[in-house]
Amino acid sequence: MKLFNQLWAFFASVKLAIFTLCSLAVTSIIGTVIRQGEPYSFYVTKYGAKTAQFFHILDIPEMYYSWWFLGLLGILSTNLIICSLDRIPAVLRIINADNLAVSPDRIKKMAHSREWRLSADHPDLADLSALLKKGGWNADVRTQGRSELYFSQKNRWSRLGVYIVHLSILVIFIGAIIGHFLGFKGSVMIPELRSTAIAYSAKDSSPIALGFEVRNDSFGIEFYENGMPKVYRSSLTVLADGQVLEQKDIEVNDPLTYRGITFYQSSYEAYKEFIFNITETTTGEVKQFVLPFQQQMTWDDKQLQFGIINAEAIGQRVVRSKVWFKTGDTPATVHWLDDNASTSISSGGKEYVLKVKQMYATGLQVAKDPGVWVVYLGCGLMLLGLYMAFFLTHKRIWLYKHVDADGTTLNLGGSSNKNKPAFAKLFNQLENIIDSANTQ
Amino acid sequence: MDSSQLLGITTFTYLFSTLLYVAILVFKTPKIGSLATAFTAIAWLIQTGGIALRWVESYEMGIGHAPLTNMYESVVFFAWTIIALYLLIEWKFKIKIIGAFATPFAFLAMAYASFSGDISKSISPLVPALQSNWLIAHVVTCFIGYAAFAVAAALGIMYVIKNRSNDNLLPPLPVIDDLVHKTIVFGFIWLTAGIITGAIWANSAWGTYWSWDPKETWSLITWFFYAITLHARYTRGWAGTRIAFLAIFGFVSVLFTYYGVNFLLSGLHSYGSG
Repeated sequence: MKLFNQLWAFFASVKLAIFTLCSLAVTSIIGTVIRQGEPYSFYVTKYGAKTAQFFHILDIPEMYYSWWFLGLLGILSTNLIICSLDRIPAVLRIINADNLAVSPDRIKKMAHSREWRLSADHPDLADLSALLKKGGWNADVRTQGRSELYFSQKNRWSRLGVYIVHLSILVIFIGAIIGHFLGFKGSVMIPELRSTAIAYSAKDSSPIALGFEVRNDSFGIEFYENGMPKVYRSSLTVLADGQVLEQKDIEVNDPLTYRGITFYQSSYEAYKEFIFNITETTTGEVKQFVLPFQQQMTWDDKQLQFGIINAEAIGQRVVRSKVWFKTGDTPATVHWLDDNASTSISSGGKEYVLKVKQMYATGLQVAKDPGVWVVYLGCGLMLLGLYMAFFLTHKRIWLYKHVDADGTTLNLGGSSNKNKPAFAKLFNQLENIIDSANTQ
Repeated sequence: MDSSQLLGITTFTYLFSTLLYVAILVFKTPKIGSLATAFTAIAWLIQTGGIALRWVESYEMGIGHAPLTNMYESVVFFAWTIIALYLLIEWKFKIKIIGAFATPFAFLAMAYASFSGDISKSISPLVPALQSNWLIAHVVTCFIGYAAFAVAAALGIMYVIKNRSNDNLLPPLPVIDDLVHKTIVFGFIWLTAGIITGAIWANSAWGTYWSWDPKETWSLITWFFYAITLHARYTRGWAGTRIAFLAIFGFVSVLFTYYGVNFLLSGLHSYGSG
């Protein structure tokens, strides 16, 4: 029993809280100066074999998920739970106290206290309830013989603010745990015109079945005049069994969510392949080809042969393509076409509209996190708790009136659990109201 | 008049503010106080104009966005918030001498913004990752927090000096201590909101609200530091000199979170490095 009490006191202590927070703060620094998540060889190269082995034993490369760091978080959680369980009963007693049972002697000893003696021939006092209301206090009253005790308080629940902050941290941890076990993080590259039913885990690149297909209908980049990227946009379609279920153009900061899985625009890759659209102007017939660079293809029905023989690029990004185009037996023609721009051309006496677009793959972050809203709830609770703990004060005032043969005694008392200077002013205001009522 | 001129003037006006407030201490003339306050308030209005104008100018260039997106803009906003907070404290608590300790922070910030060769002053368009409404919420909440911690550190220095010299122009120790506490509480709440808005934004942009990125981790370390300070004060009864030193060291953590991470460590927050 004694051991239990000692353990309880230890886990309820502020000392432990300060120690744990210090440990978390200092050890967190390590992970910011030693690169996280790199392969073993990185640490060998950078720090030497012996140090790399030392790091490996302590899980330093993944230190925020290491047994000892999670252990510290566990100690913090235990500390939060036990310190709150330890202190909340006393707080609830204050919140639910029967303040109308307070004795007049106690009122006289309060930090703020004031007494008035009114002689027997003093005119009848104004209604004390009304006076207190004037000061902004709605009072309850208890009468006992020739005595009346008025009591009013504000913000008593704010005393729980601290424990709401503590609870919020635990809620955030729970949200993180839910996300860790019931969710996943991964990524996938989807070339234009292709679809995928799998994403690849960020942890070990193992495949994760999505339960539906995501197709990349097109990917495009817009640029500012100075060449900086302006928008990365992917047109995505969600399919299952060939049925279109959802369609969205996603950009960075504007993802697609379907069945709890969210797809974020993250990166892209430029291919040396092209999406080549040919429209035969007279008939309006269109056909699309996926054309590898410098490879010839044909549209047999129309006796067309074509290929992309050269390209102008900025880095990996093609700006213009040189197209070789031949209709039947007529001489071939060569055209420089801007990327992704429909251009009308003539070949072999016929009109065509050509569009060459460099093929890209879109890089998506794929994530499922059922715990996110629990984490957000925790965040909201934390802000609420901090507000209650630091900006709301539990204020109480008592007014005791006793009538006897010699006259009337009034005792005003008050207390607040924080922001004492402000309460002193408030108390003063009340004193003035009663003063002026008495001098009438 | 364009924004860069107004902001350039601001560096010098805050220098003059500092000199006026320091003059109160050096020449023992409290009467300069009203002049110092008036001058600082006008300087702050000029800086507000400069920031607003820069915002408008970005729209005129066709790349409109709030001026909070690179190191230059953030340091300017940091200085602005320090002065705004300081003027609020001066108005509420009527202690002008704090200006001698707080305005230097704003001046040094503006001096760095104006004269450092490391950072670019030009208005540039936003890369896709920064095109979000969360940008304003996250940057503003973080910087109000940083500014409050800067003022807390200034008050901490004031406490230490009063403790050693007992200069009668400085307010009594309990008064300074109370203000150190209040500014730390204020900063803590805004930093909490800053970390939260950052997490929510990260989740909508990258799919993860926390990735132990150096910037995120250092903001948490700073948060832990002030949480420890508040616990030590509230429940262990620490006050006075110890809290003053914690306020000063806490600001070192804030500076590393704000600035050190961008330039000394690698990670997702490289936007801030000029």
